[in-house]
Amino acid sequence: MSLNIIVLAKQVPDTRNVGKDAMKADGTINRAALPAIFNPEDLNALEQALKLKEMYPGSKVTLLTMGPARAAEIVREGMFRGADGGIVLSDRAFAGSDTLATSYALSAAVRKIGDFDIIIGGRQAIDGDTAQVGPQIAEKLGIPQITYAEDIISADNCEVVVKRRIESGVETVKAKLPLVVTVNGSAAECRPRNAKALQKYKYAAVPSELTDEAKKAFVEKRHYLAIGEWSASDVDADLAQCGLAGSPTKVKSIENVVFTAKEARRIENNDEELECLIKELIANHTIG
Amino acid sequence: MANFYNDNNSLKHHLSHPMMEKIVELKERNFADADKFDYAPQNFDDAMDSYDRVLEIVGDICANVIAENAEDVDHEGPVVKNGHVDYASGTQKNLDACRKAGLMGMSMPRRLGGLNFPITPYIMAADMVSRADAGFENLWGLQDCAETIYEFANEEQKEKYIKRVCEGETMSMDLTEPDAGSDLQSVMLKATKKEDGTYVLNGVKRFITNGDSDIHLVLARSEEGSKDGRGLSMFIYDKRNGGVTVRRIENKMGIKGSPTCELVYKDAPAELVGSTRLGLIKYVMALMNGARLGIAAQSVGISEAAYREALAYAKDRKQFGKSIIEFPAVAEILSVMKAKLDASRALLYACSRFVDMYKIYDDIAKERPLTLDEKKEQKYYSRLADAFTPLAKGMTSEFCNQNTYDCIQIHGGSGFMKDYACERLYRDARITSIYEGTTQLQVVAAIRHVTTGTYLNKIREFEAQEVHAEDEAIKNTLVFMTQQYADAVQAVMGVDDTKYHDFMARRLVEMAGHIIMGYLLLEDTQRNEEFRKSLVVYVKYGQAEVERHASFIGNFRPEQINDYLY
Repeated sequence: MSLNIIVLAKQVPDTRNVGKDAMKADGTINRAALPAIFNPEDLNALEQALKLKEMYPGSKVTLLTMGPARAAEIVREGMFRGADGGIVLSDRAFAGSDTLATSYALSAAVRKIGDFDIIIGGRQAIDGDTAQVGPQIAEKLGIPQITYAEDIISADNCEVVVKRRIESGVETVKAKLPLVVTVNGSAAECRPRNAKALQKYKYAAVPSELTDEAKKAFVEKRHYLAIGEWSASDVDADLAQCGLAGSPTKVKSIENVVFTAKEARRIENNDEELECLIKELIANHTIG
Repeated sequence: MANFYNDNNSLKHHLSHPMMEKIVELKERNFADADKFDYAPQNFDDAMDSYDRVLEIVGDICANVIAENAEDVDHEGPVVKNGHVDYASGTQKNLDACRKAGLMGMSMPRRLGGLNFPITPYIMAADMVSRADAGFENLWGLQDCAETIYEFANEEQKEKYIKRVCEGETMSMDLTEPDAGSDLQSVMLKATKKEDGTYVLNGVKRFITNGDSDIHLVLARSEEGSKDGRGLSMFIYDKRNGGVTVRRIENKMGIKGSPTCELVYKDAPAELVGSTRLGLIKYVMALMNGARLGIAAQSVGISEAAYREALAYAKDRKQFGKSIIEFPAVAEILSVMKAKLDASRALLYACSRFVDMYKIYDDIAKERPLTLDEKKEQKYYSRLADAFTPLAKGMTSEFCNQNTYDCIQIHGGSGFMKDYACERLYRDARITSIYEGTTQLQVVAAIRHVTTGTYLNKIREFEAQEVHAEDEAIKNTLVFMTQQYADAVQAVMGVDDTKYHDFMARRLVEMAGHIIMGYLLLEDTQRNEEFRKSLVVYVKYGQAEVERHASFIGNFRPEQINDYLY
């Protein structure tokens, strides 16, 4: 049985290598100072999708991302690694979306795509760390969800078997298709870019990137190079539920947290030293 | 993210060499594949962009997969189970990554599933893979053998085997036997022709790198009763057919992740490649030339790793209140290491471009007759490739050994411990000047280009090139070194004694090597200022070496050879 798989991916600032100018004075992220990357757990999600594509020949992997036109970079990256194509959901109306507005927009896009069996996304994005978007999409579409997935073991007879990472270990669960799966960072790493796929898809683009007539003609001749670019009206979105208007989350303020403790101390694993430590912590009012 | 391509400007520098335009246009037959294959380039810039970006993939895998696994692979190594090899787990991961990235069969034509890359960017990938783990380069680099199938096998064999290589199956070249190492004419493995025209192989091979590969090229004696190289033919053994088992794998000093196997052939079915009797004299010679270029790339990769390890340690390590790199004695070692590295790489890619040119012409000649001018070029580059391949293999592998030695020296006592990568590099380097022909055998292959003047003619071509005014002084030094070389050649060849010629051969080949590498660095510096320091340091070094050899030859009375001979 072949599957139609949608992979949710987000272009995020690389918060793993944060420099001094990572935050602006107003407390928002200075995106210009941080390189834009494929959200790491979304790459884990893509790997699960590509694995399913290998297991079930004829399956199709479509990336779906929301962001400015440059987010097409994420779709191309996915295509270099084995995805078949993708869609960039891009509209000023989506600017300032919190997780609720994001999941609304994405679920509208999924409805527009229509035919799908599994939606796979990363557990969370490294710029927001909420882990809410995947589950909210499942709710909005009224389909089951499996979170913290580590391995999608099979998808036979309209039923997936998924190994998921939980606090105390792992558990294996079953669910009916269609559904949403969010993938944990402990899942298999994404495969590398493929040399042939890279050469095939390097000129793939969304329409708004094709300002050059020659490039435009080239992409038009090769349908597989066309990356979809959808606006709010393309997915019949209710503007009241999009962007800032649709976002109940309001950021009050953001503080820089500076860790002041610098020294590490090693406490041996014996009663004597532990007692000393506890006495010390009580004495300086850290505990008690 | 770490990337062995993006962190190494000299690769991009060599990729952008002016000769690439011609190489790419010929290789792509004026971009005839553009509308036939969705991944074929449209034009030169498109092709170069593809090489650049594919090498970026290689650089990523090298830095983040292969190099990360190198230490574990060195410790774990492969094992033999039921007559077959189990790779170390890291090796398996490396292979998986390379397969998924589509990095097998890089130079094979698209119709057979390859990327149709010229040899030069392929060798760049080999350079990076070797920097990450020299032992893994052996497994990955054996895709070279597909070149031999492509050049000499029939269409059916190409379709069958090259496609499988491009999909990720590994190869081996089964040449060496217990009594046939450097002297392959003594190969005994028996090929018997059956009534249906197919062959079976019986016998033993030894020291076979990746001997449990999927597709083997085997040198075997097909002509019963024959004793020399003319009785040997080349065969393909397909592991799927069975008949070959691994008796043991060697416990080696270095490149421990690469299984070196002793193979037993028991009625192993095999297919003849090309014609009988041409196995050694034609096909193995071609195979070896490709493999030698691969070892030169491996040597450069190890040199790169050694230089980086040494540099990082010398900056980090503090003694007497400062980083040891601040001491002139340490700085000199590092500068010379870098100069040898840059010179090695310059020679490697000069050689790979010559190989590209003649191989592409050879291939075009199968499709249509070459024009007179093309034939002239084919001959010119074929000769240069023939001259530069043993020179590159010999010089780069010796430099790679010297650089890993110096890398440990920089580390001091810590380098002698197993805690740092330098000791693995030192062990891995040692084989490079031995296999695919020892340095001594490279000299045997190179010396005729000393006597017939291939090197000197090329040096004169370099000499005729204009250089920036500030480089005139260095060029004059190279001109002087050339005179010393020409004089030494004349002095040696003036003595009518072949033993004496053999005795002096390595000195003459090295003199030519130093001058050629000096000119190549001079050429690099004209395009890229980053090479200036290496140019200056290398020519200083080469000048002293040439002087040393000139002095030895000048002060040597031919009869003194008896003091050396046994």
